[in-house]
Amino acid sequence: VNENVPHLQILNLLKQWGLSLNGKDKIKAQEVSRVVGALKKEPPQPRTFMRGIQTVTLIPGDGIGPEISTAVMKIFEVAKAPIQWEERNVTAIQGPGGKWMIPPDAKESMDRNKIGLKGPLKTPIAAGHPSMNLLLRKTFDLYANVRPCVSIEGYKTPYTDVNLVTIRENTEGEYSGIEHVIVDGVVQSIKLITEQASQRIAEYAFEYAKNNQRASVTAVHKANIMRMSDGLFLRKCREAAEKHKDVKFNEMYLDTVCLNMVQDPTQFDVLLMPNLYGDILSDLCAGLIGGLGVTPSGNIGANGVAIFESVHGTAPDIAGKDMANPTALLLSAVMMLRHMGLHGHGQKIETACFDVIRDKKVLTKDLGGNSKCSEFTEAICERVRDLV
Amino acid sequence: MAAHTAVMSMSKILNPFWGGRLGHTVKVRLVIMYEMLILQPPPAKYGGRHTVTLIPGDGIGPELLNHVREVFRFSCVPVDFEVVHVNSALESEDDINDAITAIRRNGVALKGNIETKHTMAPSVKSRNNLLRTSLDLYANVMHCQSLPGVQTRHKNIDIMIIRENTEGEYSSLEHESVTGVVESLKIITRNNSLRIADYAFRLAREKGRKRVTAVHKANIMKLGDGLFLQCCREVASDYPDITFDSMIVDNTTMQLVSNPQQFDVMVMPNLYGNVVSNVCAGLVGGPGLVPGANYGRDYAVFETATRNTGKSIAQRNIANPTAMLLASCMMLDHLKLYGYASMIRNAILTTMNETRLHTADIGGQGTTSDVVQSIMRIIQSKGPLISEL
Repeated sequence: VNENVPHLQILNLLKQWGLSLNGKDKIKAQEVSRVVGALKKEPPQPRTFMRGIQTVTLIPGDGIGPEISTAVMKIFEVAKAPIQWEERNVTAIQGPGGKWMIPPDAKESMDRNKIGLKGPLKTPIAAGHPSMNLLLRKTFDLYANVRPCVSIEGYKTPYTDVNLVTIRENTEGEYSGIEHVIVDGVVQSIKLITEQASQRIAEYAFEYAKNNQRASVTAVHKANIMRMSDGLFLRKCREAAEKHKDVKFNEMYLDTVCLNMVQDPTQFDVLLMPNLYGDILSDLCAGLIGGLGVTPSGNIGANGVAIFESVHGTAPDIAGKDMANPTALLLSAVMMLRHMGLHGHGQKIETACFDVIRDKKVLTKDLGGNSKCSEFTEAICERVRDLV
Repeated sequence: MAAHTAVMSMSKILNPFWGGRLGHTVKVRLVIMYEMLILQPPPAKYGGRHTVTLIPGDGIGPELLNHVREVFRFSCVPVDFEVVHVNSALESEDDINDAITAIRRNGVALKGNIETKHTMAPSVKSRNNLLRTSLDLYANVMHCQSLPGVQTRHKNIDIMIIRENTEGEYSSLEHESVTGVVESLKIITRNNSLRIADYAFRLAREKGRKRVTAVHKANIMKLGDGLFLQCCREVASDYPDITFDSMIVDNTTMQLVSNPQQFDVMVMPNLYGNVVSNVCAGLVGGPGLVPGANYGRDYAVFETATRNTGKSIAQRNIANPTAMLLASCMMLDHLKLYGYASMIRNAILTTMNETRLHTADIGGQGTTSDVVQSIMRIIQSKGPLISEL
């Protein structure tokens, strides 16, 4: 039987969820379309398939990285997710010719598996080599940074009902790193906007909106001041909008977005922007839902590579003390499952995590409780066992 | 030139040993100190009445400025307005040049926002930006305070934001060297950074503030924002009574939405200033409540802090006049007409306490004219002139 026949693939995925087409359960149209959407998203290169298990490169990171990675692996095991982890370490090494790069075994593993999960990496100061995040970005051409910001029910912030996604161009813009001292006391920094990168990110944003049932995409810019650069970015966004007529498109100035975001964040859906505005706005949105400790993030690269990460720091002061909060890495891993099409498992783990936070009985210190990381993980595992 | 020769002789008098060996920084700082000594608003014209340039702008600008004129006329404020219209649809810059000349003549201006249609050719620059750079209005000051009558998610906010207004990302220097690749230049200079840092610290000291925070992104833009941060640190060393710290801009926005009460005075380059000032304006209740001022060495221009054109609410009598009226009070303070300024300001704040007069942007159903009528009524009941009659 040819495994690649579409209806058999759909049946396989539905079976994963414990649903069947001729059963008594009613399958919601949305779930079926999500499955179909997941199928369309699958990259053309074949992934490592070992009895249906997918291999993912895991980069634990520094500081609290190893603890939270262990927590995530444990929860995935309990949830019986068909994931096999391949652990790799990334430290900058100098390759031939003096160019800094990541270790070749890490690169080879990622190129093979295409999906990665990364913990926080230490940014060295004055170490002579660029930050690890920058190296990873350059190596795999991670052009899109996606951050879904959804209010967490149990974690109270002044803002409720936040449900938006920020998609940020990750390679060029203000962070091109090109700076010169023209005369003593005058510094010039160059912001680079190219047609190709803008087109790529705009296309990705509309694809994402379509695949995740998002109603509208808003382009954020400052074209009244930076006429040519943001003007080019806007033009590409408009062109992509023409090709995807089913998703609404509008454009808004950066200052208007900031103003409205702190007054009423519910009016935004998907935000698409160049590098600098994206950096500031995605952190602003993370602040709305409770900070970097609970925000997931994913980086999409060319050639189908996707690395999901937690964006908080390494927290060296609590490393090794079993006090860390694995929520950010866990939600990023859920994002990864959704990207791979394993919506059922993703839903289960996410529900378990939110339930535990909502119950408020077992919470780590940064969420307002005083439990340990292992206790928090155990509580989530229990919930997952109930849901399986 | 006169200022410079005066500085050289002054530096020789102050430091006979160092004389010509004074560093560049110190010379610049002495120039700033000297210039600050001579900063004063223009003298009153004939009859004790001041003349102020008024630029209506687009959108809600004209109607709000009409209300300002109404309130001033009603309160017998000794200010005459010279109205200069700027047509944003035209490509020629004659209009804005006329406005700039008028401001040079009068020294003070009150303006609405001039729309920038970004569908026009890139050579048509933003008129507002042109005004700011030609007049060298280097400091944009915005004071965000929680108003007692307005419901917001965060309470007790009191932040002063000082934003560099002329350079940074807003230099409007762009070119397309290869088709499909556009470069935009961000310029940071030592002089301007020192100038704005100095302004910030002096203002903090004047208002009795304890802490100045510099907002930057020097971990990524090491040379540009690094220079800005270094200048701030240099100036901070002259003000030991004021604490100085710095924060990266993305962390700043996160802190602002979770814990805005920790900030006191913030100083930053142009673009981050745009983001942070809009976030703070949103935190205290919206664009209709906060006034802003642009100060230069010789000129001052007052407007709303978030510079919105408000095209969608123009001509519908629903715009919030508070920001523009508070900006006009700031202008009166600048002209040293403190009595009139506090009278109008008190009337505005008393009106703000009445929920039924709130306009749509702060959650009410009142109209602009209702608010203005109420302000005038309060001025009439409390004004000194009535009791003397």
